[in-house]
Amino acid sequence: MGKRFRCHKISEGRIEGEVVISKDRVMFYLMEPSTGEVIEKGHDLEGRSIAGRILVFPGGKGSSVVQADGLFQLNLKGNMPRGMVIEYPETVLVSSAIIMEVPMVDKVDRQFYNEVKDGDRIVIDADGGFIEIVD
Amino acid sequence: MLDGKHGKGVAYAMKIQVAIGESFDAKRMVPITRAHVALSNQEADIWFAEKLLEGGARCRIAPTVNPGFSLSYFKSRGLVSLENAAMMQRTHDAYQKLGAVLSYNCTPYVMTNVPRFGEIVAFSESSATPYINSVWGARSNREGANSALCAAITGFVPEYGLLLDENRFGDILVEVQATMDSDFKYHLLGYMGKKIGEGIPVFTGLPDHIGSEALTNLGAQLNTSGAYGMYHIVGFTPEAPTLEAAFGGREPARRVVITDKDLDEILEEISLDGRKPVDYAMFGCPHYTLDQVRHIAGRLENKILKRPMYILVSSHVLEMAERMALTAILEKAGAELIADTCPDQPCWEHLRGKTGITDSPKMAYYPKRRGMEFIVRDLDSCIDAALTGEVRQNG
Repeated sequence: MGKRFRCHKISEGRIEGEVVISKDRVMFYLMEPSTGEVIEKGHDLEGRSIAGRILVFPGGKGSSVVQADGLFQLNLKGNMPRGMVIEYPETVLVSSAIIMEVPMVDKVDRQFYNEVKDGDRIVIDADGGFIEIVD
Repeated sequence: MLDGKHGKGVAYAMKIQVAIGESFDAKRMVPITRAHVALSNQEADIWFAEKLLEGGARCRIAPTVNPGFSLSYFKSRGLVSLENAAMMQRTHDAYQKLGAVLSYNCTPYVMTNVPRFGEIVAFSESSATPYINSVWGARSNREGANSALCAAITGFVPEYGLLLDENRFGDILVEVQATMDSDFKYHLLGYMGKKIGEGIPVFTGLPDHIGSEALTNLGAQLNTSGAYGMYHIVGFTPEAPTLEAAFGGREPARRVVITDKDLDEILEEISLDGRKPVDYAMFGCPHYTLDQVRHIAGRLENKILKRPMYILVSSHVLEMAERMALTAILEKAGAELIADTCPDQPCWEHLRGKTGITDSPKMAYYPKRRGMEFIVRDLDSCIDAALTGEVRQNG
């Protein structure tokens, strides 16, 4: 069994996948739905795809409508992130994740951020309240 | 509601709200008495509204709604494709059946949906949430369009964030040294989000009298450049009679000074080069008030515009402008007064690739992906540019 870290459930579900880490806040409207690629200029993840990955990032940004539409468009092409780990929850992003049924957690043990690396496989168990880095 | 006694749609809306509440550690649900939904006429918006409708949901609290675009105006001029017109019709039908107030206006807080001090409400739309929290002293979190619609359907919101006294105090002291001599300057001040940083800003150094247009601009741009549910203006907004009251007796976490130079620099950053010839002018992001329409009509009396001018307003303002014969003055000059319409909609396809001029940084930001790019200037400079076809330099 890999290393486990406590976290807090935002959007329910249990999911395993590969990690993509973003230092910048994320706006799902500025991603290409057909590839899951980030098209926002100057963004930490510019040119990289979040499709089917578990996105580890600070939180969302932008207007009260476009975040949900961004996720919705990604979902139409099957390119939503598989799960999300955030630090700063706000209503717009949280409600979008719940409605689009993407597992999401916050308040993860600080130690997780010291150990997790881009490309790691992790399990998010939102209902069980833990994240596991798979060996 | 959760167990489906009120139907599947209501149970779905409540399930989402409970999940939001749990994620913010809310202890209970509290009733609301008003709501505003940032309808957007985008695919996710229609999908969600229709899903609730199919579950039999109706709004307990009839919310006012944001604009999509005016079907009658754009269809009669042949400016919108059949497909896009059909989408707007679907949005209209869905919200009508849900029982929304079909106001199609992004500034309900100045006229049609005004909460009182302390009232608990659910307002989405980025310019609306800061206005009702800060100027009216009502209480709403920065709702998303979808969470506000859930609240309108259930009549409740989870109690967290800006609904609670302890979360409404200021964090950042923003000392304004810039000359705040026009409504336009508040657009620029609001766009300083990056410099202001995260938290609730407390402004000092502003004039004694600040009009509702200036306050609308401030909130709209704060939420274009960042994410703000609330601000205070010391000696002006109701929860900030003094600096101490605004900060709840605590020390500010940070201090920021905003100068004329900051405002000049941000304008330079967000505007296209002002030496480009102008193809059209567009105002009303957020929607223009009757006073702003009067000002433009006053400037255009007995004049003819060289370039088209579009002024976006609520249906109330349109009706008043007609009664007051302002519309006649504007039409004679070549300006169009349009109700129910947002700049970030597919009805503006004919402006793709052209250079616009506007007084609103928010208008210059979102429609970029529709190929609409703008020079940003104060209103009078924009009017001059529409009269001559070019921007007066050093103006």
